[in-house]
This record gives sequence, C-alpha cells and structure tokens, in this order.
Amino acid sequence: MPSGEPGRPALLTGWGAATATHARLLPVRTEGDVLRVLTAAPGRGAIPRGLGRSYGDPALNAGGTVLDMTLMDRVLDLDQARGLLTVQAGASIDALARALLPLGWFVPVTPGTRQVTVGGAIATDVHGKNHHRAGSFGAHLTGMRVALPDGTVHAVSPELDRDLHWATIGGMGLTGVVLDATVQLLPVPSAWMSVSTERADDLDALLAALRRADRQTYSVAWVDLMAGGAASGRGVVTSAEHAQAEALPSAAAGRRWALPERARIGVPRWTPAGLLNRASGRAFNEAWFRRAPVRRDGEVVPLGAFFHPLDGVRDWNRLYGARGFVQHQCVVPDEATLREVLRRVRDSRVPSFLAVLKRLGPADPGPLSFPRPGWTLAFDVAASAASLGGLLDDLDEIVAAAGGSVYLAKDSRLRPQLLPALYPRLDRWRAVRERVDPHRVLTSDLARRLSL
Amino acid sequence: MMDALGAPQSFAVLGGTSEIGLAVAGLLVRGRCERVSLAGRDAAELEIAADRLVKAGAYDVRTHAFEATDAADHDRLVHDLFADGDVDVVLVAFGVLGDQAAMSADPDQAVVLAQVNYTATVSLGLRVATALRRQGHGSLVFLSSVAAERGRAANFVYGSSKAGVDTFAQGLGDSLQGTGVHVLVVRPGFVRTRMTAGLAEAPFATTADAVAEAVVDALARRREVVWVPGVLRAVMSGVRHLPRPLFRRLPT
Repeated sequence: MPSGEPGRPALLTGWGAATATHARLLPVRTEGDVLRVLTAAPGRGAIPRGLGRSYGDPALNAGGTVLDMTLMDRVLDLDQARGLLTVQAGASIDALARALLPLGWFVPVTPGTRQVTVGGAIATDVHGKNHHRAGSFGAHLTGMRVALPDGTVHAVSPELDRDLHWATIGGMGLTGVVLDATVQLLPVPSAWMSVSTERADDLDALLAALRRADRQTYSVAWVDLMAGGAASGRGVVTSAEHAQAEALPSAAAGRRWALPERARIGVPRWTPAGLLNRASGRAFNEAWFRRAPVRRDGEVVPLGAFFHPLDGVRDWNRLYGARGFVQHQCVVPDEATLREVLRRVRDSRVPSFLAVLKRLGPADPGPLSFPRPGWTLAFDVAASAASLGGLLDDLDEIVAAAGGSVYLAKDSRLRPQLLPALYPRLDRWRAVRERVDPHRVLTSDLARRLSL
Repeated sequence: MMDALGAPQSFAVLGGTSEIGLAVAGLLVRGRCERVSLAGRDAAELEIAADRLVKAGAYDVRTHAFEATDAADHDRLVHDLFADGDVDVVLVAFGVLGDQAAMSADPDQAVVLAQVNYTATVSLGLRVATALRRQGHGSLVFLSSVAAERGRAANFVYGSSKAGVDTFAQGLGDSLQGTGVHVLVVRPGFVRTRMTAGLAEAPFATTADAVAEAVVDALARRREVVWVPGVLRAVMSGVRHLPRPLFRRLPT
C-alpha cells in the first residue's frame, strides 16, 4: 500500500444530500482491518458507515476516515431452534429478510427501508411500525461484539458491560465499532401481511383510529400536513399482522415465502429541483387520501409493500433535487403537544409529502436512544423551503419543553444547546464514551456539529 | 459544521474590521454561529468589533493580528485561525480602494494596493484553501467588485486588482471541486462604507448589510457567484459588451 492514509478520497452525503463533506472511505473486511484503523487513530478520527440511509451527517467524517462496513456482511450463526441470529454488522436487513423468510423467520424490528445495515440499525436504535408492542431494534439484541479504540474487542450484552451495551445502542457509532450482533428473530407464518386500512377525515378521527390500532402488532398513519380547515389533520391509518398461511388468497398460492421485490423504478441524477413544491404537495396528498378506502380489513399484501413502500423507488431522495432535503422526526409524550406541532407545520405552509405519524411504546435503557412513549411525527421538506430553519427551531423548542425528543438519525440542523433537554441522560452516555474513547478516535460530522 | 440549511457554526474574517465582514458576522451569529475569528491590522478596532459581536450573541470571539503584505507571517495566521477547531466559513474581506490620481502620480502607492488586494489574497487564499481541504469541508468567500469587469480610467488599478482576485477565486473554486470545499465570489457594486466615504455614488449603490445578506443567502445555497444588488448581473452583462468609445463616456 502506498504511503499516506489508506482508503479512497470520497465526497460523502447523508440520505438527505443537503451537505457533502470529504473523507477517506475505507472498506473493511475483517475485525483486524477495523482494529488497525482504530489503533492508528487517524488525524480527524473515524466513523463506521453502512448503507448511508441516515438523513444527515452521522456517517460523515469530514477530513477523516469513514469505514465502509458493508463488506462485513456474513451470517456467523443461526440457531434455528431458538431463532437466534449472529450476523456481522455490515449485513443489510434486505439481505437478512431474503435469507431468513424462507426459513420462517423475520427481523424483530424493521425501519421504513430494508436498505439499512445491522450496525446502522444498532447505532440509531431504529424502530418500526411495531414499536408500541415490540420496542426498538436494541431491545432484541442479546449481545454484540464491539471494537474499541484501544485495540480491544469487547463482548457486551445487557448482562455484560451493560453501560457500554446500552450506550452503543443509539450511540451513533461513537462508542465503538459494532463487529457483529446476536438478534432474537421473530417467527412468522408467511412473507405476507394482513392489512387493515382506515381513512380519517380529520385529526380527531385520525388520532382515535391510531389509538384503536394499538391492538394490532403493526400500526402507522399517514397524515396530510397541508390540508386546512375541516380536513386539517386528515390521514390514513394502516395496521397489520403477519398473515397466516391458510389466510393467503389464491393470488398468493404457492408463494407463501415470496421474497420482497427489488426496486423497479428509479429517479435519475438530473432530477430538477422544485419538483416537490406546494402545488404538487397538495395534489399528491389529495390523491393519496382519495386512493385509500374508507375502511378495509384483511387485505393481504407482500411484506415489503406494507413495511417498505419507498424501497420500490430507487434513489427517491433525488426527487428533492440538488439541494437535498431534511427530515424532521420528533416524539412528544402528549396529544396536546402533538396538536401544537401539527398546527405549526400546517401554518408554516411548507410543502410536505408523506408525513408519518405513529404511536411509540416504552423506551429502552439506551441514553441516546430516540423512542419513548408518545406520538412520533416524521416529515420531509426540501432544504430550500422558505423559512424552514425557523419552523424547525420552533418545533424543537416545543418538543423539548414537553419532554419529547428529536431523532438524531434524521437530524441535520438541530441547535446543539437543546441536546441535553432532548436527551436527559446525555451525561451517562458521555461518561461511557469518555471511558472507551478518551481521545475521540471515533467522531463524525454529527458529533462535531452537536458537540456530542 | 455547516448544517443542512447552510448555517455555519464558525466563521473567520480576514480584514476583521471590514464593514462587510462584520455585517456578515453579525448575521451569522444571529443563526447557528458561535465562534468568530477576526483577523486584522488594528488591534484596538478589532477588540471593539469583537465586543459588539459578543453582545450580539457570539460565544467565542477571537482576534488575530496580521499584516496583509507580510506573506512570511501568513502560515502562522492560518495555523492560528484553525487551531481552535474547524472553521466553516472564511471571508477574505481586506482591501483598499486607493486614489487613482495619487497612484498615477506615485506608482509606489499602486504597488501597495496591488499587493494588499491581489498578492495577499492569493497568499492567504491558497493557504486557507489547504486548511479547508484538510478539514474536508468549508466555504471560502472572496470579495470581488463590479470594477473587476472592465478597466476604467477612474479606478483601473483597483479594478485590475479585483479582476485578479475574481479570476483567482473562480479557478480556485474549480480546482477544489470534489474536496468538500466551496468558493463563493461576491461582486458588489458601489457599497456605502468608510472605504467609499466622500466618493460620488455610482448607480445601483448598496450597503454593507445588503452585501452581507446576499453572502449569507449564497452560502446557504452554495452558490459560486453572487452580484449585489442582483440586478448588476444583467447590467454588467450589457456593460461588458459596450463598444469602448461608448463605455468611455459612461458616467463614473
């Protein structure tokens, strides 16, 4: 290898593509590769990166090293009797779903895309449509192996170095590089979902329908953030269970374990900015609302269609054009605060598509883990939208005052001073980081921006 | 770090008492910017400006003494600017206007102007660009001028120094493609400041605050060139093609 730092120069962005910074991207294949980088302690540090689905800058490290983890993607062990999977951190949930479904197993938690790695799912402690019943991804880990900057590898679990275990879950990759993890899988009767849909004409009806959907394993709502007047807060609630084999319709006959389809359409690189504006937003939201049935039960759809509808469109983030977009996701404990947040977004008149509303269940012990009981709202806005900064700052203040939080996996513009209010156990997390990485070998643009 | 909406957290001005530089700093500290470095010649004036920025909300304002014409000291200055952490935006704001008649009579004065406006900008621009490349991100802003567009009898030494800056900055920006570093060239018209006090105003005159707003907006959009006021872009594209006999007759 020639002299100088290893890896190839690369301009990296998050999924929102609103900022780009330059780093050396270094593919790692083995535990030894990871330890070599950490112990060499490159000048501006290192951060692991998976499939780059975080919206902002947690997997960016300007001027430093970024570890491409996606080659460490092997399944190390599968205990079929107990459903225990040990897998390397760079494996994607997509690959796992393809490997596991034919065996009757599924990941216990999946976010809105299958294109995330296990390591990324741990670092951001992802949640899914079953959070109110099943908790977040970290709750299903029985243990993991973490490479630390001092060149050691630690086995951690809720019993073994509990502090490091929970600091790593949601720890944004800053408390050690997860090498592999053991996940308690979920047995499923088929690769199909039995879905109920309910259209709600206003916010009261929507919130009531979402509360009722708590009884289902999976539930989520789309909410129209642009509609005003009596239609304000209208939306569509979908809830689902894994479909029993005997319940599959004839169309699914012989395809009980049908694998998720790959994306069939894509968005080109040259997509112009301004495509997603207020007019197209209103039209889209109207169509989306009208498309949904007033009420339908027991519709059987492929698993991917329910969990990961956006995976059907490759590079959908390019729809926002060259300046990119931001996603804001907050959780608030009470309905009054949620109503206030929704009102602010509507009154701001920013164009917003496909806003997602969901109820979250109990938090796990991770001090930087996002989910906590209440309502979570996520929406995308083009970074160029007028007065967006002021709106999002206002929302953050409202959320912080109510004891809620803002999701770091989505964040790209939070005011750093709010962090202790949004993450009250931040000091505990910092203490663990200080113990395992006193020289801040692990760092990222997010860590710099928020002075984590 | 610059956030997704283009708001920087740290800012440095070379020419730290420049009215445009301080107007930009004032706007940025109202946003996310907490750390400001003011580098300039007059220590007392820098301190006054620093106090004002602290009152406006900056957490941490530092001042650095430097002499634009002392290139031997520029490495030290750039090292100091980056010693306390990343700098998201660096604005090169120093410059002198000069008196064309006096310079025509005393070429030594013209040489000093050229050294301050052009040579020092090249010396510091390249050094800052290297520092920004090393940190993998950042914006570097240069103040050009409408006077850079065509040489005129009334201010051709100043105009040619800015033409040099403009061409330098454009090429530097292109050379930094793919490095995470962004270069912005600002082309203001006549700006009402101390530097232009007492001069007859040119058409489309503007203010330091208006230039600052245009700079902050262009940073957020990662634009490469911005004219202030914006209409000058169209005006100057006309002026550029005027036949010389006509151009000579334009009012100064």
